[in-house]
Amino acid sequence: MSPLRRFLRTPEAVAGAILLAALIAMALSASLLFPGDPQAIAGPPLLPPFQDWSLPLGTDRLGRDVLAELFHGARTSLAVGLAAAAAALVVGAVVGTLAGFAGGLVDEVLMRITDAFQTVPSFLLALAFVSVVGPSLGIVVIAIALGTWTGPARIARAEVLSIRERDYVAGARVIGMHPLAIAFREVLPNALPPVLAMSSVIVAAAILTEAALSFLGLGDPNRVTWGGMIAEGRTVLRTAPFLSIVPGIALVLTVLGVYLAGEGIVETTAVRRGLS
Amino acid sequence: MSGRTEGGAPARHFFQLPRVIVPMTRALTLLRRRLVGSIFVLLIVVVGTFLLLEAAPGDAVDAYIVSTGGDAGMIELLRHRWGLDQSELTRLANYLWALLHLDLGQSVTFSRPIRDVILERLPNTLLLMVSATALSFGLGSALGIYAGARPGSFRDRFLSIGSLALYAVPGFWLGLVLIVVFAVDLRWLPVGGIETLASDKTGLDRAADIATHLVLPVAALGFIYLALYLRMMRAGMAEVWRLDFVLAARAKGLSRRRIVLAHVARNALLPLVTMLGLQSAQMLGGSVVIESVFSVPGLGRLAQEAVAARDTPLLLGIILTSAVLVIVINLLVDIAYAFLDPRVGAGEAGA
Repeated sequence: MSPLRRFLRTPEAVAGAILLAALIAMALSASLLFPGDPQAIAGPPLLPPFQDWSLPLGTDRLGRDVLAELFHGARTSLAVGLAAAAAALVVGAVVGTLAGFAGGLVDEVLMRITDAFQTVPSFLLALAFVSVVGPSLGIVVIAIALGTWTGPARIARAEVLSIRERDYVAGARVIGMHPLAIAFREVLPNALPPVLAMSSVIVAAAILTEAALSFLGLGDPNRVTWGGMIAEGRTVLRTAPFLSIVPGIALVLTVLGVYLAGEGIVETTAVRRGLS
Repeated sequence: MSGRTEGGAPARHFFQLPRVIVPMTRALTLLRRRLVGSIFVLLIVVVGTFLLLEAAPGDAVDAYIVSTGGDAGMIELLRHRWGLDQSELTRLANYLWALLHLDLGQSVTFSRPIRDVILERLPNTLLLMVSATALSFGLGSALGIYAGARPGSFRDRFLSIGSLALYAVPGFWLGLVLIVVFAVDLRWLPVGGIETLASDKTGLDRAADIATHLVLPVAALGFIYLALYLRMMRAGMAEVWRLDFVLAARAKGLSRRRIVLAHVARNALLPLVTMLGLQSAQMLGGSVVIESVFSVPGLGRLAQEAVAARDTPLLLGIILTSAVLVIVINLLVDIAYAFLDPRVGAGEAGA
């Protein structure tokens, strides 16, 4: 059976893919369906959901359209999640390959640095980084990547250690290729599959970290974020709990979609075939 | 049928409590090796925090002048007195020297030594972390055994999807939902804080009061990680099921329950102990938001207060303390591991 058909026969994976597709559609259509500033006042404050069909999910404390904010928030979550995960995977793969391929002192130094990053709680590190440099989308991405590159680095290193003794690497040495060229052209591509298998977990973690940062008020102040919406709703938690609950459900569904689809892809491609 | 021991006890090679002396020496060797590595790691963390401190706009003098006022001459004088006009390397050396004396500097926000502020908050965070870890590890591994006992069954699929859903829940949001349900609607539990203020409770009354305040934060923090242990246990058991000694146990005619508990689950439990150490850093990070949601006066809430007040030295003091805490927890886990698994460190013990 082809990987795609196996994927389609796994109900969890299909559910995940549908959730992800819905999220991407939300993010892409945000400006089309809700043009203009999602942070602008759209109606009376604290309108409950399902009362007024022009504002299906009601309004928040300041009278902003919750549905519009939700759509625009999907954009931030997706953008930050993907960008931070990509940065973490690239940095991790490069550091892991260098450490594993060079060995010796380089390996020792790089791995102690990896240890140091794993010793500091990644959320605290992100918090400190954003608070020192100032909140903006790019900084939030870097802050999240700072705490997540260590996992891919360790996996890449372990993989490289097993690859570097293979014949084709010896062959590349014999024909006089530069060690860095061997590391990045021959070894790294072959070490990638198990690193990429981690990407769904990393994207999910990045989305959750972004939400937590913006919940604490450290998100980009010019963008709508689900974490920021939850924090906003928290001030009226007793009277209008839906304001915190709705964006939270969006977060849960998003992260769940990423996990399910990611696990589906990993299970159905060759990466972990030996286990099933 | 239950876990009672039969006459000729089956091979308990992994969990048999060994004589204490052998693991003790092994643990010491391990400890020595790990301590050396930890010092390097800690040094990197210190240099890293120093660089962040340097990158922060303004220095201690600016913060001091903002809160007290003063002219340019005063600024010069203070910079000189606090050694801030020296080169960066000298300042790093001064920073390290102060840290060696456990001096984290002065907090401008609290007008007190940072060390004292942190030590005051630390016990609450430890209490929260230990309780949440006990909840997630205990319940998570128990449910994992329940799911892994019959791989592929309905309960297995239900629990693994359920745990995945739980793992997708942001802790701070779960906390808010718990507050809405149990504190606002049902009024069973307090909304936040660590104990009832100005209640003059002592002894057991006070302990019970703190316990009621901790139920919701511990649940919010613990339930997220519960999923992790559940999934690890289940995956570990799936690996062990295929091993020969399980087949041997079956061939011997042992009951399924006995095979699950005494053979499969036992051997799948060890990786979870390692996870306990690795997870401690994540849990400390998670407690930042949970403590903020429930206004628990711990290290995490202090970190948020430091961010709000732009008190960078305090924030970095918290990061250093957390790093030390994580290192100590991992050392403890390593030692526990040496006692649990006779194979660990056996190679080095003879050397």
